[in-house]
Amino acid sequence: MSAKENILAKLRKSLTGTTPVADNYNVELVTQTYRYAPEERIPQLRKLMEAVHTEIHLTSGENWPALLAQLLRDRQLPSLLIAPTTPHGQKITQFWANNPDLPALKAYDRPVEEWKAELFNDTPASLTGTLGAIAATGSLILWPTREEPRLMSLVPPVHFALLKASEIRDNFYEVQQEFEWAQGMPTNALLVSGPSKTADIEQVLAYGAHGPKDLVVLILEDQ
Amino acid sequence: MSTPTLIPAVEVQEDFRARAHKALDDTQLRNNFRSAMDSLMTKRATSFSDAHEREHLRGLGNAVRARALSKLPDLLEQLESNLTRNGVNVHWAETVDEANGIVLSIIRAHEARQVIKGKSMVSEEMEMNHFLEARDIECLESDMGEYIVQLDHEKPSHIIMPAIHKNAGQVASLFHDKLGVEYTKDVDQLIQIGRKVLRQKFFEADIGVSGVNFAVAETGTLLLVENEGNGRMSTTVPPVHIAVTGIEKVVENLRDVVPLLSLLTRSALGQPITTYVNMISGPRKPHELDGPQEVHLVLLDNGRSQAFADSELRQTLNCIRCGACMNHCPVYTRIGGHAYGEVYPGPIGKIITPHMVGLAKVPDHPSASSLCGACGEVCPVKIPIPALLRRLREENVKAPDSPYPVMRGQGSKYSPKERFIWNAWAWLNSSPRLYRLFGFLATRLRALTPRNVGPWTQNHSAPKPAARSLHDLAREHLDRQGDR
Repeated sequence: MSAKENILAKLRKSLTGTTPVADNYNVELVTQTYRYAPEERIPQLRKLMEAVHTEIHLTSGENWPALLAQLLRDRQLPSLLIAPTTPHGQKITQFWANNPDLPALKAYDRPVEEWKAELFNDTPASLTGTLGAIAATGSLILWPTREEPRLMSLVPPVHFALLKASEIRDNFYEVQQEFEWAQGMPTNALLVSGPSKTADIEQVLAYGAHGPKDLVVLILEDQ
Repeated sequence: MSTPTLIPAVEVQEDFRARAHKALDDTQLRNNFRSAMDSLMTKRATSFSDAHEREHLRGLGNAVRARALSKLPDLLEQLESNLTRNGVNVHWAETVDEANGIVLSIIRAHEARQVIKGKSMVSEEMEMNHFLEARDIECLESDMGEYIVQLDHEKPSHIIMPAIHKNAGQVASLFHDKLGVEYTKDVDQLIQIGRKVLRQKFFEADIGVSGVNFAVAETGTLLLVENEGNGRMSTTVPPVHIAVTGIEKVVENLRDVVPLLSLLTRSALGQPITTYVNMISGPRKPHELDGPQEVHLVLLDNGRSQAFADSELRQTLNCIRCGACMNHCPVYTRIGGHAYGEVYPGPIGKIITPHMVGLAKVPDHPSASSLCGACGEVCPVKIPIPALLRRLREENVKAPDSPYPVMRGQGSKYSPKERFIWNAWAWLNSSPRLYRLFGFLATRLRALTPRNVGPWTQNHSAPKPAARSLHDLAREHLDRQGDR
């Protein structure tokens, strides 16, 4: 018998004569204390994310490219990695075209194997969209795609993320239900709740462990 | 007659006792643990500020785990079928040797030389680092705590905070000695040193290994939580990702992870959520630009099916590995994780390790507890740890010819003499005449009780029967009241 057959046979034997425990999942327990009025969502998200060193800016669908350009200049970042075919990627390309002398744009448009060294050693910042956020835990929801791949939000030391205010949900349960996650998950789905951190040495909190050292969220209030 | 030998003498194996004594004498170690545990307890308490909410959530967490275990074989098959559909290769291993063999064959198939590991306690069970290094394959830990521990040729002393037994000064010396960097006690600088070394390793690695926090049967999803980003790096950058996990980690539905996730991060670290919740449902699709080309999942039994076979001991498998039981344990806090001598320390270690290595190898685990109950009280999935410890104490002294084999290594502390004494004691207490005679003699001959009663008198005054028994006094009291 294979290992699988042995394991399953043992488990089945142990359950002989038993009935499965009924599913009495009480939704209220994971939602009731985590509901917010619409005007509370941004402050709640902000409170939690700022508590773990996330930088948050309120802006608009119109003004965010200019704000981003300013933030890049303030931090003296020489370049920005973008996903060129996404709507926000196109918007930024357009803004950059109209405003010379901005930090260089890099496009993530080829398999990582073709430019891994550059991604690791010479890509100081990136911009990605989000699928929304969760107010209860202060988390951004990311579903990386072919257009906006997984490593964009992980390898560059500074990660800028765009968040539409209307896409901030109350809690994780609601997000799963609303977007029917159980019906189909992407290759990789992520909740990101701040810059990378660790408290592994003497419980002292230090930021920038292995992922981004800085997470900057631009909230588009009018979208 | 009040024979002191009636109290069973705890025969602590020399090495455990020696380790515990050594730890107790190490002021630095005790300070490191005391301050860390105090801080973790405070953080947990703060994050569960509403006791009502906490208790309801623990109830739900327990129900979710109990439901998953009640259909475990079906859920494992569902998990495998959904993962396979998503393009993940699923492997099954009964023993750690089989699991290591599977990992090695994947590594060999890719002619890989460098493995980078996210944090995984199951890989510690497998002693994967050691196994691969012996075959000339570099296997490097990337969790900062695990990296520190590996660099010093140690094992983790806590399941969540592997290097909690070290302070910044000790890490500073270690980095200075092993990495040749300038000595610094600044934690930010130390972390940046680790980041720099490990970034290069992520870049070079052929294989990434990780654990799994929850495996969702419904969708075929492996969920990993972490703060550092090394878990995401290990599972995204190398061309091959191998996840290793215990067969008990499966949950039925995606919604089931909502309460468990909240319980896990709050119980472990007092955080509402970890920085990253990483949900992996397959390898890189043909059109995608990054992510591993291959994803493997190794499902390991290693004694879990033995715990599963007994409906009481099965509750051990509710565990979501938050570490709250060790943070709140007065024994763990004083002796630290290494004294236990096994992969899983603290209360959870005491109830899970016997299934993995056999009770005979860790006969002192069930008794290294004051049964204060703190572990059971804080457990987010309500494992009755003190009750299970008492149960393991029973298994420890079971007669070798017992017709009820429950676990490997049971009965290793069985002593015919002790059993005889207990039987005599039971007989004495259930025969009224004999009991009265015993009471009569014990009160009259109290002057003869010995002053030195083995381990008991090391810390306590010797027991001495009272001049008159309670029965006697009560009878007299009632007679005086004329109430009879």
